[in-house]
Amino acid sequence: MAGRGKLIAVIGDEDTVTGFLLGGIGELNKNRHPNFLVVEKDTTVNEIEDTFRALGAFSAGEAEASPDHHDPQLLNETPNRQFLNRDDIGIILINQYIAEMVRHALDAHQRSIPAVLEIPSKEHPYDAAKDSILRRARGMFTAEDLR
Amino acid sequence: MLMGEVMREAAFSLAEAKFTAGDFSTTVIQNVNKAQVKIRAKKDNVAGVTLPIFEHYHEGTDSYELTGLARGGEQLAKLKRNYAKAVELLVELASLQTSFVTLDEAIKITNRRVNAIEHVIIPRIERTLAYIIAELDEREREEFYRLKKIQEKKKILKEKTERELEKRKVAGEVTEPANLLAEEKDEDLLFE
Repeated sequence: MAGRGKLIAVIGDEDTVTGFLLGGIGELNKNRHPNFLVVEKDTTVNEIEDTFRALGAFSAGEAEASPDHHDPQLLNETPNRQFLNRDDIGIILINQYIAEMVRHALDAHQRSIPAVLEIPSKEHPYDAAKDSILRRARGMFTAEDLR
Repeated sequence: MLMGEVMREAAFSLAEAKFTAGDFSTTVIQNVNKAQVKIRAKKDNVAGVTLPIFEHYHEGTDSYELTGLARGGEQLAKLKRNYAKAVELLVELASLQTSFVTLDEAIKITNRRVNAIEHVIIPRIERTLAYIIAELDEREREEFYRLKKIQEKKKILKEKTERELEKRKVAGEVTEPANLLAEEKDEDLLFE
Protein backbone atom coordinates (compact mmCIF):
# COMPACT_ATOMS: atom_id res chain seq x y z
CA MET A 1 0.00 0.00 0.00
CA ALA A 2 1.51 3.34 -0.97
CA GLY A 3 1.66 5.95 1.75
CA ARG A 4 1.31 9.62 1.02
CA GLY A 5 4.35 11.30 -0.40
CA LYS A 6 7.31 11.58 1.89
CA LEU A 7 10.19 13.97 1.63
CA ILE A 8 13.93 13.51 1.49
CA ALA A 9 15.74 15.56 4.13
CA VAL A 10 19.37 16.69 3.90
CA ILE A 11 21.83 17.59 6.62
CA GLY A 12 25.07 18.67 5.03
CA ASP A 13 27.55 21.36 4.16
CA GLU A 14 26.53 24.20 1.92
CA ASP A 15 27.58 22.55 -1.33
CA THR A 16 25.84 19.27 -0.61
CA VAL A 17 22.62 20.99 0.36
CA THR A 18 22.73 23.31 -2.65
CA GLY A 19 23.26 20.39 -4.97
CA PHE A 20 20.40 18.37 -3.59
CA LEU A 21 18.08 21.32 -3.51
CA LEU A 22 18.81 21.79 -7.19
CA GLY A 23 17.97 18.11 -7.57
CA GLY A 24 14.54 19.12 -6.39
CA ILE A 25 14.05 17.76 -2.92
CA GLY A 26 13.74 20.96 -0.91
CA GLU A 27 10.45 21.94 0.65
CA LEU A 28 9.10 24.27 3.29
CA ASN A 29 6.20 22.84 5.21
CA LYS A 30 3.17 24.85 6.26
CA ASN A 31 5.04 26.31 9.23
CA ARG A 32 7.82 27.50 6.91
CA HIS A 33 10.16 24.89 8.27
CA PRO A 34 12.62 23.43 5.81
CA ASN A 35 13.52 19.79 5.36
CA PHE A 36 17.23 20.54 5.18
CA LEU A 37 19.94 21.89 7.42
CA VAL A 38 23.08 23.63 6.20
CA VAL A 39 25.94 22.80 8.53
CA GLU A 40 28.66 25.43 8.65
CA LYS A 41 31.85 25.72 10.66
CA ASP A 42 30.05 27.44 13.50
CA THR A 43 27.05 25.13 13.71
CA THR A 44 26.99 23.50 17.12
CA VAL A 45 26.82 19.75 17.56
CA ASN A 46 23.74 20.23 19.68
CA GLU A 47 21.92 21.98 16.89
CA ILE A 48 22.73 19.20 14.45
CA GLU A 49 21.72 16.54 16.93
CA ASP A 50 18.58 18.42 17.80
CA THR A 51 17.48 18.74 14.20
CA PHE A 52 18.41 15.17 13.37
CA ARG A 53 16.92 13.52 16.39
CA ALA A 54 13.65 15.26 15.93
CA LEU A 55 13.73 14.14 12.28
CA GLY A 56 13.82 10.50 13.23
CA ALA A 57 10.95 9.94 15.66
CA PHE A 58 7.48 9.25 14.35
CA SER A 59 5.49 11.28 16.81
CA ALA A 60 6.07 13.81 19.55
CA GLY A 61 5.50 11.10 22.13
CA GLU A 62 8.35 9.01 20.82
CA ALA A 63 10.74 11.96 20.70
CA GLU A 64 10.32 12.36 24.42
CA ALA A 65 11.03 8.72 25.00
CA SER A 66 14.24 8.83 22.97
CA PRO A 67 17.50 8.49 24.94
CA ASP A 68 18.36 12.13 25.42
CA HIS A 69 19.05 12.01 29.13
CA HIS A 70 22.69 12.75 28.53
CA ASP A 71 21.94 16.10 26.89
CA PRO A 72 19.99 18.56 29.05
CA GLN A 73 19.79 21.14 26.27
CA LEU A 74 17.47 18.96 24.29
CA LEU A 75 14.70 19.71 26.73
CA ASN A 76 14.40 23.11 25.07
CA GLU A 77 14.12 21.72 21.55
CA THR A 78 11.37 23.01 19.32
CA PRO A 79 9.44 20.04 17.98
CA ASN A 80 8.58 21.65 14.69
CA ARG A 81 12.12 21.77 13.40
CA GLN A 82 12.93 18.23 14.30
CA PHE A 83 13.28 15.86 11.41
CA LEU A 84 12.85 12.56 13.19
CA ASN A 85 9.64 13.91 14.67
CA ARG A 86 8.03 14.59 11.34
CA ASP A 87 6.29 11.66 9.76
CA ASP A 88 6.44 13.26 6.34
CA ILE A 89 10.17 12.55 6.03
CA GLY A 90 11.16 9.21 4.60
CA ILE A 91 14.90 9.49 4.04
CA ILE A 92 17.55 11.60 5.78
CA LEU A 93 20.78 12.21 3.86
CA ILE A 94 23.66 13.23 6.07
CA ASN A 95 27.28 13.91 5.23
CA GLN A 96 29.49 11.32 6.81
CA TYR A 97 31.72 13.76 8.67
CA ILE A 98 28.64 15.33 10.24
CA ALA A 99 27.32 11.87 11.06
CA GLU A 100 30.56 11.29 12.96
CA MET A 101 29.78 14.28 15.15
CA VAL A 102 26.37 12.97 16.13
CA ARG A 103 27.30 9.28 15.97
CA HIS A 104 25.56 8.44 19.25
CA ALA A 105 22.27 9.92 18.05
CA LEU A 106 22.55 7.92 14.84
CA ASP A 107 23.27 4.69 16.65
CA ALA A 108 20.29 5.27 18.91
CA HIS A 109 18.00 5.48 15.90
CA GLN A 110 16.81 1.91 15.48
CA ARG A 111 13.74 2.31 13.35
CA SER A 112 13.68 1.55 9.64
CA ILE A 113 11.85 4.72 8.64
CA PRO A 114 13.16 7.37 8.19
CA ALA A 115 16.15 5.72 6.57
CA VAL A 116 19.39 7.48 7.46
CA LEU A 117 21.89 7.44 4.63
CA GLU A 118 25.49 8.59 5.05
CA ILE A 119 26.88 10.31 1.98
CA PRO A 120 30.40 11.54 1.29
CA SER A 121 31.24 15.21 1.07
CA LYS A 122 33.82 16.88 -1.14
CA GLU A 123 36.53 16.89 1.49
CA HIS A 124 35.69 13.62 3.20
CA PRO A 125 35.45 10.52 1.02
CA TYR A 126 33.12 7.73 2.03
CA ASP A 127 34.45 5.38 4.66
CA ALA A 128 32.42 2.21 5.04
CA ALA A 129 33.97 1.43 8.42
CA LYS A 130 32.26 4.41 9.97
CA ASP A 131 28.75 3.87 8.62
CA SER A 132 26.33 2.92 11.42
CA ILE A 133 24.32 0.59 9.27
CA LEU A 134 27.31 -1.24 7.86
CA ARG A 135 28.68 -1.73 11.34
CA ARG A 136 25.46 -3.50 12.25
CA ALA A 137 25.75 -5.54 9.07
CA ARG A 138 29.26 -6.62 9.96
CA GLY A 139 28.05 -7.73 13.37
CA MET A 140 25.37 -9.83 11.73
CA PHE A 141 27.69 -11.45 9.24
CA THR A 142 30.32 -12.56 11.72
CA ALA A 143 27.64 -14.38 13.68
CA GLU A 144 26.57 -16.16 10.52
CA ASP A 145 30.10 -17.15 9.68
CA LEU A 146 30.33 -19.01 12.95
CA ARG A 147 27.25 -21.09 12.19
CA MET B 1 26.37 2.20 -10.56
CA LEU B 2 28.27 3.10 -7.47
CA MET B 3 27.05 5.78 -5.14
CA GLY B 4 30.54 7.18 -4.68
CA GLU B 5 31.03 7.72 -8.40
CA VAL B 6 27.68 9.37 -8.91
CA MET B 7 28.28 11.66 -5.95
CA ARG B 8 31.70 12.57 -7.21
CA GLU B 9 30.31 13.36 -10.63
CA ALA B 10 27.62 15.51 -9.07
CA ALA B 11 30.15 17.34 -6.88
CA PHE B 12 32.32 18.05 -9.92
CA SER B 13 29.46 19.51 -11.85
CA LEU B 14 28.61 21.63 -8.84
CA ALA B 15 32.16 23.00 -8.78
CA GLU B 16 31.97 23.68 -12.52
CA ALA B 17 28.68 25.49 -12.21
CA LYS B 18 29.94 27.55 -9.29
CA PHE B 19 32.90 28.52 -11.39
CA THR B 20 30.73 29.67 -14.26
CA ALA B 21 27.60 30.97 -12.64
CA GLY B 22 29.06 32.40 -9.48
CA ASP B 23 27.76 31.64 -6.04
CA PHE B 24 24.13 30.64 -6.34
CA SER B 25 23.96 28.75 -3.06
CA THR B 26 22.13 31.45 -1.14
CA THR B 27 19.68 31.97 -3.99
CA VAL B 28 18.93 28.29 -4.14
CA ILE B 29 18.47 27.98 -0.41
CA GLN B 30 16.21 31.01 -0.25
CA ASN B 31 14.01 29.91 -3.10
CA VAL B 32 12.79 26.69 -1.62
CA ASN B 33 9.07 26.23 -1.55
CA LYS B 34 7.80 22.87 -2.84
CA ALA B 35 9.71 19.66 -3.46
CA GLN B 36 9.54 18.26 -6.98
CA VAL B 37 10.87 14.88 -6.02
CA LYS B 38 9.14 12.97 -3.29
CA ILE B 39 9.09 9.35 -2.21
CA ARG B 40 6.38 6.88 -1.38
CA ALA B 41 6.77 4.01 1.01
CA LYS B 42 5.40 0.81 -0.48
CA LYS B 43 5.11 -2.43 1.45
CA ASP B 44 6.75 -5.49 0.02
CA ASN B 45 6.35 -8.97 1.50
CA VAL B 46 9.43 -11.17 1.58
CA ALA B 47 9.31 -14.53 3.36
CA GLY B 48 6.55 -13.28 5.62
CA VAL B 49 8.26 -10.02 6.53
CA THR B 50 6.78 -6.73 5.30
CA LEU B 51 9.61 -4.57 4.02
CA PRO B 52 9.24 -0.87 3.25
CA ILE B 53 10.37 0.03 -0.27
CA PHE B 54 10.90 3.61 -1.37
CA GLU B 55 9.63 4.71 -4.72
CA HIS B 56 10.39 8.19 -5.93
CA TYR B 57 8.03 10.23 -8.01
CA HIS B 58 8.02 13.67 -9.54
CA GLU B 59 5.42 16.24 -8.77
CA GLY B 60 5.02 19.75 -10.03
CA THR B 61 7.44 21.81 -11.99
CA ASP B 62 11.08 22.66 -11.48
CA SER B 63 11.25 25.66 -9.15
CA TYR B 64 14.80 26.36 -10.30
CA GLU B 65 13.95 26.68 -13.94
CA LEU B 66 14.90 30.34 -14.03
CA THR B 67 18.08 30.03 -12.00
CA GLY B 68 21.19 30.33 -14.12
CA LEU B 69 19.48 32.32 -16.82
CA ALA B 70 22.05 35.02 -16.19
CA ARG B 71 25.14 32.88 -16.50
CA GLY B 72 26.13 29.25 -16.51
CA GLY B 73 22.71 27.94 -17.49
CA GLU B 74 24.06 24.86 -19.18
CA GLN B 75 26.33 23.92 -16.29
CA LEU B 76 23.45 24.43 -13.94
CA ALA B 77 21.20 22.20 -16.06
CA LYS B 78 23.86 19.50 -16.06
CA LEU B 79 24.24 19.94 -12.34
CA LYS B 80 20.53 19.52 -11.80
CA ARG B 81 20.49 16.38 -13.88
CA ASN B 82 23.45 14.92 -12.01
CA TYR B 83 21.94 15.56 -8.65
CA ALA B 84 18.59 14.19 -9.81
CA LYS B 85 20.37 10.99 -10.81
CA ALA B 86 22.16 10.93 -7.47
CA VAL B 87 18.83 11.30 -5.70
CA GLU B 88 17.32 8.36 -7.60
CA LEU B 89 20.28 6.17 -6.72
CA LEU B 90 20.16 7.25 -3.10
CA VAL B 91 16.46 6.42 -2.89
CA GLU B 92 17.25 2.92 -4.12
CA LEU B 93 20.09 2.65 -1.60
CA ALA B 94 17.78 3.80 1.17
CA SER B 95 15.27 1.11 0.21
CA LEU B 96 17.97 -1.54 0.48
CA GLN B 97 19.07 -0.12 3.78
CA THR B 98 15.61 -0.15 5.31
CA SER B 99 15.07 -3.67 4.03
CA PHE B 100 18.27 -4.68 5.75
CA VAL B 101 17.36 -3.03 9.03
CA THR B 102 13.87 -4.54 9.02
CA LEU B 103 15.20 -7.99 8.22
CA ASP B 104 17.84 -7.63 10.91
CA GLU B 105 15.14 -6.96 13.47
CA ALA B 106 13.06 -9.86 12.18
CA ILE B 107 16.06 -12.20 12.41
CA LYS B 108 16.79 -11.12 15.97
CA ILE B 109 13.19 -11.71 17.00
CA THR B 110 13.09 -15.10 15.31
CA ASN B 111 16.36 -16.10 16.97
CA ARG B 112 14.97 -15.19 20.34
CA ARG B 113 11.88 -17.28 19.71
CA VAL B 114 13.95 -20.23 18.56
CA ASN B 115 16.10 -20.03 21.66
CA ALA B 116 13.09 -19.73 23.93
CA ILE B 117 11.41 -22.73 22.36
CA GLU B 118 14.57 -24.79 22.31
CA HIS B 119 15.68 -24.11 25.86
CA VAL B 120 12.44 -23.59 27.73
CA ILE B 121 9.38 -25.04 26.04
CA ILE B 122 10.80 -28.31 24.75
CA PRO B 123 12.56 -29.35 28.01
CA ARG B 124 9.40 -28.54 29.94
CA ILE B 125 7.30 -30.76 27.73
CA GLU B 126 9.89 -33.52 27.81
CA ARG B 127 9.96 -33.45 31.59
CA THR B 128 6.18 -33.64 31.72
CA LEU B 129 6.27 -36.58 29.34
CA ALA B 130 8.89 -38.41 31.40
CA TYR B 131 6.89 -37.82 34.56
CA ILE B 132 3.71 -39.16 33.03
CA ILE B 133 5.43 -42.29 31.77
CA ALA B 134 7.09 -42.91 35.13
CA GLU B 135 3.79 -42.48 36.90
CA LEU B 136 2.01 -44.90 34.59
CA ASP B 137 4.74 -47.48 35.02
CA GLU B 138 4.55 -47.19 38.75
CA ARG B 139 0.77 -47.61 38.76
CA GLU B 140 1.07 -50.68 36.60
CA ARG B 141 3.57 -52.12 39.00
CA GLU B 142 1.34 -51.35 41.92
CA GLU B 143 -1.61 -53.00 40.19
CA PHE B 144 0.47 -56.07 39.41
CA TYR B 145 1.68 -56.33 42.96
CA ARG B 146 -1.86 -55.96 44.27
CA LEU B 147 -3.14 -58.71 42.04
CA LYS B 148 -0.38 -61.05 43.12
CA LYS B 149 -1.07 -60.38 46.76
CA ILE B 150 -4.77 -61.02 46.29
CA GLN B 151 -4.08 -64.29 44.54
CA GLU B 152 -1.81 -65.42 47.36
CA LYS B 153 -4.36 -64.50 49.95
CA LYS B 154 -7.08 -66.36 48.13
CA LYS B 155 -4.91 -69.45 47.88
CA ILE B 156 -4.13 -69.36 51.55
CA LEU B 157 -7.80 -68.89 52.41
CA LYS B 158 -8.82 -71.81 50.17
CA GLU B 159 -6.26 -74.12 51.70
CA LYS B 160 -7.38 -73.14 55.13
CA THR B 161 -11.07 -73.89 54.50
CA GLU B 162 -10.23 -77.23 52.89
CA ARG B 163 -8.19 -78.29 55.85
CA GLU B 164 -11.04 -77.36 58.19
CA LEU B 165 -13.47 -79.35 56.11
CA GLU B 166 -11.26 -82.43 56.21
CA LYS B 167 -10.92 -82.15 59.92
CA ARG B 168 -14.67 -82.02 60.41
CA LYS B 169 -15.31 -84.91 58.05
CA VAL B 170 -12.86 -87.03 59.94
CA ALA B 171 -14.59 -86.02 63.16
CA GLY B 172 -17.87 -87.25 61.60
CA GLU B 173 -19.76 -84.05 61.98
CA VAL B 174 -20.29 -83.42 58.35
CA THR B 175 -21.19 -85.77 55.58
CA GLU B 176 -20.85 -84.91 52.11
CA PRO B 177 -24.08 -83.82 50.57
CA ALA B 178 -25.67 -86.21 48.16
CA ASN B 179 -24.23 -86.17 44.75
CA LEU B 180 -27.06 -86.40 42.32
CA LEU B 181 -24.88 -87.41 39.47
CA ALA B 182 -23.00 -90.16 41.20
CA GLU B 183 -25.88 -92.01 42.74
CA GLU B 184 -26.65 -95.36 41.24
CA LYS B 185 -29.79 -96.30 43.05
CA ASP B 186 -32.56 -93.92 43.52
CA GLU B 187 -34.88 -94.81 46.45
CA ASP B 188 -37.73 -92.81 45.17
CA LEU B 189 -38.16 -94.84 42.02
CA LEU B 190 -40.75 -97.60 42.73
CA PHE B 191 -40.29 -99.54 39.61
CA GLU B 192 -36.81 -100.15 38.32
